[in-house]
Amino acid sequence: MTQTPPALRLSRITKRFGSLVANDDISLELASGEVLALLGENGAGKSTLVSILFGHYVADEGDIEVAGQPLPAGDPKAALAAGIGMVHQHFALADNLTVLDNVMLGTEPLWQLFSRRRAARAKLVETAQRFGLSVNPDARVATLSVGERQRVEILKALYRGARILILDEPTAVLTPQESESLFATLAQLVAQGLSIIFISHKLDEVLRVSHRVAVLRAGKLVATRATRETGKAELAALMVGREVSLPQRERRPRGDAMLRLQGVRAMQGGVAALDGLDLDVHAGEIVGIAGVSGNGQLALAQLLCGTLAADEGSVRLKDEAMPAQARTWLARGVARIPEDRHAVGIVGDLPVWENAVSERLHTPAFSRWGVVRRKAARAFTRQLVERFDVRLSGIDANTRVLSGGNMQKLILGRALSVAGDGVTPTLIVANQPTWGLDIGAVAYVHRCLLDAAAAGAAVLLISEDLDELFAIADRIAVMFKGHLGAPRATEDWTLADIGLAMAGTAAGTQAEVPHAA
Amino acid sequence: MMELLATLADMLGSSAFWIATLRVATPLILGTLGVLICERAGVLNLGIEGIMVAGAFTGWLAVYQGADLWTGVLVAMATGAACGLLHAVLTVWLTVSQHVAGLGLTMFATSLSYFAYRVSFPKVTTPPTIEPFAPLQALDAVPWIGPVLASQTALTLLAIALVPLVGWIIQRTPAGLALRMVGENPAAAEGQGLNVVAVRTAAIVAGSAQMGLAGAFLTLSAFNAFFFNMINGRGWICVALVVFASWRPGKALLGALLFAAFDAAQLRLQQAGGGALPYQLYLMLPYLLSILALIVMARRAAYPQALMKPYRKGER
Amino acid sequence: MRLEARAGSSRIALLLAPFAAVLFTLAVCALLVAWAGAPIGQTYALLFEGAFGSRFALSETLTRATPLILTGLAAAVAFRARLYNIGAEGQLYLGALAAVAVGGLHGGTGWELPPMLLFPLMLLAGAAAGALWLLGPAWLKTKLGVDEVVTTLLLNFVALLFVSLMLDGTMKDPMAMGWPQSVAINPELEFSRLMERSRVHSGLLLACGLAVVVWGVERFTTFGFALRAVGANARAAAFAGLPVRRTMLVCALISGALAGLAGVGEVAGRAGYVTLDMSPGYGYAGIVIAMLAGLHPLGVVVSAVFIAAVLVGADSMSRAIGVPNYIADVIVATALLAMLVATLLTRYRVRWGRA
Repeated sequence: MTQTPPALRLSRITKRFGSLVANDDISLELASGEVLALLGENGAGKSTLVSILFGHYVADEGDIEVAGQPLPAGDPKAALAAGIGMVHQHFALADNLTVLDNVMLGTEPLWQLFSRRRAARAKLVETAQRFGLSVNPDARVATLSVGERQRVEILKALYRGARILILDEPTAVLTPQESESLFATLAQLVAQGLSIIFISHKLDEVLRVSHRVAVLRAGKLVATRATRETGKAELAALMVGREVSLPQRERRPRGDAMLRLQGVRAMQGGVAALDGLDLDVHAGEIVGIAGVSGNGQLALAQLLCGTLAADEGSVRLKDEAMPAQARTWLARGVARIPEDRHAVGIVGDLPVWENAVSERLHTPAFSRWGVVRRKAARAFTRQLVERFDVRLSGIDANTRVLSGGNMQKLILGRALSVAGDGVTPTLIVANQPTWGLDIGAVAYVHRCLLDAAAAGAAVLLISEDLDELFAIADRIAVMFKGHLGAPRATEDWTLADIGLAMAGTAAGTQAEVPHAA
Repeated sequence: MMELLATLADMLGSSAFWIATLRVATPLILGTLGVLICERAGVLNLGIEGIMVAGAFTGWLAVYQGADLWTGVLVAMATGAACGLLHAVLTVWLTVSQHVAGLGLTMFATSLSYFAYRVSFPKVTTPPTIEPFAPLQALDAVPWIGPVLASQTALTLLAIALVPLVGWIIQRTPAGLALRMVGENPAAAEGQGLNVVAVRTAAIVAGSAQMGLAGAFLTLSAFNAFFFNMINGRGWICVALVVFASWRPGKALLGALLFAAFDAAQLRLQQAGGGALPYQLYLMLPYLLSILALIVMARRAAYPQALMKPYRKGER
Repeated sequence: MRLEARAGSSRIALLLAPFAAVLFTLAVCALLVAWAGAPIGQTYALLFEGAFGSRFALSETLTRATPLILTGLAAAVAFRARLYNIGAEGQLYLGALAAVAVGGLHGGTGWELPPMLLFPLMLLAGAAAGALWLLGPAWLKTKLGVDEVVTTLLLNFVALLFVSLMLDGTMKDPMAMGWPQSVAINPELEFSRLMERSRVHSGLLLACGLAVVVWGVERFTTFGFALRAVGANARAAAFAGLPVRRTMLVCALISGALAGLAGVGEVAGRAGYVTLDMSPGYGYAGIVIAMLAGLHPLGVVVSAVFIAAVLVGADSMSRAIGVPNYIADVIVATALLAMLVATLLTRYRVRWGRA
């Protein structure tokens, strides 16, 4: 009698992109009924590894076996057929189609004359019930909440009879309570014999859900540990591999209110993205905005970047009314860090120096009579690059070739050099400033924000990462469906409280409080 | 005023008006369906104007060379499909700008057709003619709309029959679901094991075959010869009609009929008006109406979400 | 097959792309020449000779290049901001009409103004007519999101019908014996000749001068920066505080004005009056020219001369050897498609097999 083969075996996987070795000789096994956490920083090679597993990439070396059978490389179809299911961090769903459409796609031969929708719906409902994942098959995905969409993603895999489920940072967009319910679901799946790969960079939840932890660092598998034999400290050391002290907030005197929002309402796409917002941000403090993505944070950021107009209410900076005009906000000393570096922060096809001055190209410092003062602009860029330690081949290079961290430093530098050197911005609006950055760059960004606050800037930090908010924010307010709860001092929040507020079910949101507008 | 109303009433009651409407509508229905299929898969196909020229030419040429009419239809569709494949290679495989590639395809297919025509008929001054599709006289017996149907040819009926067929395929078959998915979220489709490039290519080829057929209707049914400039912007009008139809086949039929009715009406009004207004103003109407349709629908248009976004594997 | 992004495109690759595209085009079109039953080498030789082989041929090529430079610039500047102006054809005709309206009606002295004043007025009117014709679609695009490609295309047909309307009515030349032809402009307003016994006119200098101006504006001014930023990433441009809508609209005015001036040049430099077949698709050829030039304003001058040479050379070759002159249009269209691919290949590498 031979031993049953593991659910999944990766043998000596190596993948190179040019000179970068994204995966270096990685071997892993996954037993059935096991939750394996894949822990690593951004850029450690987790995504590459699962992309290979799922057939999006072909490994340069090594091979994969599923339940003892070799898995053909580079073929998502083969991966699906072998029972591998993937839950992407950015859900792979078509918003305009129904849940059933999304689930059924690719499960029937394309040349079939008609879809067997009734049978499919019955099977979907049955699968959903078996795993306790209720969902309406005929709902358009666009109408679902984030948690529901994730359920659809999981159902998509289960519907196909997946035996191995890969979840990529599944809690990044969930409230703590939603995360808990996800963990319960995972436990149920495992009890039914499924195996799970759980990708994360958050130590607490890794320790919470996994049986075993595999730690990746710079493309290498540095360790695997049984979860109950390891701890947070060891995993952190393994994951980072070097001494990085994340800065923590410090007590600072609070100054006058810089930003004051009163009864702000703004419509976006036919719905009130901002609904009766009141908020003060004072000089010298960092106010964090928590919330599940898509609850109006983007609209709030746009409002404070001058790219969205309020329909009602007042928006005042240093007691002056602010129009919806990015230039005015810039001129009044507002530093802005957008949520999406590539799509909003920079123009990738233009050189670094043009991006570095784009926000104030029209000021006398950089142009005269409509003609750009190239010398001044380039000199400024060189200074900025030096001061903010942006690594690049030259300031004439296309900005798109910068790495995420360097791009963010460029944007930080541009924003913080508000009125030339050494002047502190009045207000900093940072929306998800550390998204996708490695821990060194995260520390850098946090340091910049803390220093600016210490120097007297008012900072508004919008983040979906609660750890980040608890680390550096002085006060935290929660956004839900366009409403903003009253901010509380960070130490007055518990994780449970904030989770309830993010789900809109508790005090802390002012959803039901009428406004005297 | 009363006179005008009387004229209008007369017109709407006359079978001649409805005969003309259906005849004008046929190429628009076919072309609009073609554009619709491409766009539901996420690809704009501005090659339609040229594909219609090429389909009109090759379909007619085949018949002129002795093939029967239905072979001519197949030749025209094959021509359209070939042009579609070129468009797919450019926009889906190589991911160049869909706008510019479509225009280039129109210029290419048009000029190549004209060149081929001149090479085939170097000396002719009057265009050579063929025997086109005959009206379906037998349908006269159908109650009510018999006289209108009896003046149409098989291609018109085919065009109308294609509307529910395309609707069925898009909404009710696995292939249609795949088509909609690659037009909404190609990365998700890829994740479910679909080959996005293959689905999009197939959609463009199928849609372009219908565009070729739309062109062939003009040379094999509406007229009996191939002229330069005979498409005259009909392709662009189809592109506008698809927006007007919110990417739905049923509404596309409605839009094409509405549009054709206007066109037929303006011809009659022009004749009735006896030259009170310059004829150019009437001829401008279809183009201005198309623009108007775009404006009216602009706020409501629910574009396929991946329309005009090139999909490159592994790129977000 | 898949595409792999290149880290950066080398200047040499960018410079070579149009030449590769043209070579490919000539190779493809050689097949058509062979199909038409003509010797390939001789056909191309005749084409070249017809374009550059004599003083006359060269002068004809330069004459033809004049409107093409302007429509090429119109497309290049608009495409830079990702405003797909396909309506240069219509804008050209309206510019021509406006030129006649100022310089032709009532013998060109309708306002009793001296030619010194009337001449700039004529240029201005032509530019304004083209600019305003594009302003509508641009406004619809920025305000309502209506695709400008379809609207500008449709407006080309409307413009041509409008010209026809005017040639039948208000601007009809009573002496033209029923030909649809406008009154002629005042001879005093005509562009001066650059070469004796040829049709090359000072419009060529105007076109080249404008190419330099457009290049300077794009490269050195804040507006030029806004134009490039809006075209490359409109969201980022808006975030950085650039006036995206205004930039788009001003860009439309510039593009339309350039196309309108092409029409003025055709009236005041070459024909003297407007006809319905005045432009054999100069507006559409402008798109090809802009693409071949990689949207570079100075490159437009070179590629316009190339396209003009193809058009002029094909006419003369066709007369000599009997290959239909539609071969020129095929070459132009193929060059556009080939250039699209060549440009893509400067940014991406084609790899076979899976990632």
